Amino acid sequence: MIQVERLTKKFADTLAVDDISFAVEKGKIWGFLGPNGAGKTTTMRILTGFLPPNEGRALINGIDVGENPRAIQRRVGYLPEVVPVYGELTVREYLRFVAELNGLERKKIAAAIDRAVEKTCLQPVFGRLTRNISRGFRQRLGIAQAIIHEPEVLILDEPTIGLDPAQIIEIREMIRNFRESATVILSSHILAEITQVCDGAVIIKEGRLKATLTREEWGKNLEIVAGAPVADGVCDALRSAFPAVSEARADGLSLKLEFLEPPADFNPILSWLVGRDVKIREIKAGLEALYMKAILAEEGRVS
Amino acid sequence: MRSAWIIAKKELKSYLYSPIAYILTAFFLLVSGFFFYNILAWANEQTMRMMQQGYPAEYVNINQMLFQPFFSNMVVVLMFLLPLLTMRLFADEKKMRTEELLLTSPVRLSAIILGKYLAALIIYGGILLLTATLAVFVFLNGNPELAPLLTAYLGLFLLGAVFIAIGLFASALTENQVIAAAISFSVILLIWVLSWIGESGPGAWRPILSYLSFFSHFKNMVSGVIDTQDLVYFLSFAFLGLYLTRAVFEFRKWR
Repeated sequence: MIQVERLTKKFADTLAVDDISFAVEKGKIWGFLGPNGAGKTTTMRILTGFLPPNEGRALINGIDVGENPRAIQRRVGYLPEVVPVYGELTVREYLRFVAELNGLERKKIAAAIDRAVEKTCLQPVFGRLTRNISRGFRQRLGIAQAIIHEPEVLILDEPTIGLDPAQIIEIREMIRNFRESATVILSSHILAEITQVCDGAVIIKEGRLKATLTREEWGKNLEIVAGAPVADGVCDALRSAFPAVSEARADGLSLKLEFLEPPADFNPILSWLVGRDVKIREIKAGLEALYMKAILAEEGRVS
Repeated sequence: MRSAWIIAKKELKSYLYSPIAYILTAFFLLVSGFFFYNILAWANEQTMRMMQQGYPAEYVNINQMLFQPFFSNMVVVLMFLLPLLTMRLFADEKKMRTEELLLTSPVRLSAIILGKYLAALIIYGGILLLTATLAVFVFLNGNPELAPLLTAYLGLFLLGAVFIAIGLFASALTENQVIAAAISFSVILLIWVLSWIGESGPGAWRPILSYLSFFSHFKNMVSGVIDTQDLVYFLSFAFLGLYLTRAVFEFRKWR
């Protein structure tokens, strides 16, 4: 359980984090979403006790980070933006050092290293110097060091940045598996990543909270981009054919739908649309529309 | 204490896996060997002359003629060498962004600082020990006194411990190793020459400046005198360095 209450952080004259509050339930995966420089990293650094907030507080499993940082740090695993590896150590030596840093008992260290290596598939580079391993392995090593002490909360700052598509899929799968044992917060500016992995998302821009969305909310939204303008009347027909659709709007090439309940899948609607000769080119999950709305709202750029 | 040792172990590994410790050791041994040879030649000459002029043998003191000038020269080398040994300690962590790992781990800040300090002290102690081979050579060929020699080594070690604490502090200030070395070298040099100002400066300040300078305290120890006042001076100076290092981290958090 992570609770953030009215968190504010100033650097010199800039407000990096401005009055942010949200909560993540135990065993859920939440995403931090926002443009670069939105305050995602700063918020994460406050949660890990690396930076103290100017105002507000952060609680992890009921413990205030500011009051008892060391108790928090024992329970939290953290992957910083840049994976903190010592190039002169081998993967084995590095993980042993991190395990010792986290206060693991000597007897349990070997088993903890084995488990972390297995979960992150680091066996091929186990004996290599960390400065010589590839980007993908380095990122996995970053995750391995974060989970070595079996933390209750995992904080991952851009875990898939700089990876190739296959590696991104592997890392996402890995993160999804952590749901069983930990509460996870990850930051990203890739919407698809949040949609696929997270149970909810906090959208931040310029240090301010713009929206808090759950999977359920974005699951209710669907946008279909067609290859040709959508014919008049399709929307009305669709609404009467599917009572679960509460709203349908055609806007040039795009067709925006909203459901009363998040449906299990969109297959019936899609095949109905295909039957109506709508040329489907792209399907956008709901988060994208909601994200753009939250980010652009005040600039008056969204209809 | 256990966590300080964890940091120290890792730091020792980093020293021994990189060429820096070896290069500095080789450099130090080369330069001190050169000094030793020169001073020995000079002491030899002096002894011959004293014998010719009929001085009694008790006047010839190898500790005074060889070791005292030798150790005083070694200090000058240490002023250059130890900033190079300590410059990477925190600056490198910042540059490589590994600092975040240490500072978000459950290990206390003071244990991190102490661990790094300990590792640099151990490396320095090892280098000093290697110079003892020169003393062994003198023992094999002559008859020096052991006690003042050990006192001088203790003095060198304590002085180095202060230099290392200053270097650690300088390293915490910046992410650039060269700047860290420049800062610690300047600070060490300035404190060393305080005694010069002490000799010629305004009267009231003289004793204070002389007390603050490393020079007078080291001079006592290298001539074989252990005074608790000097021990207190060195230990409190080293402690001050570590304390200020800690203060740098506390300050940076709120910047």
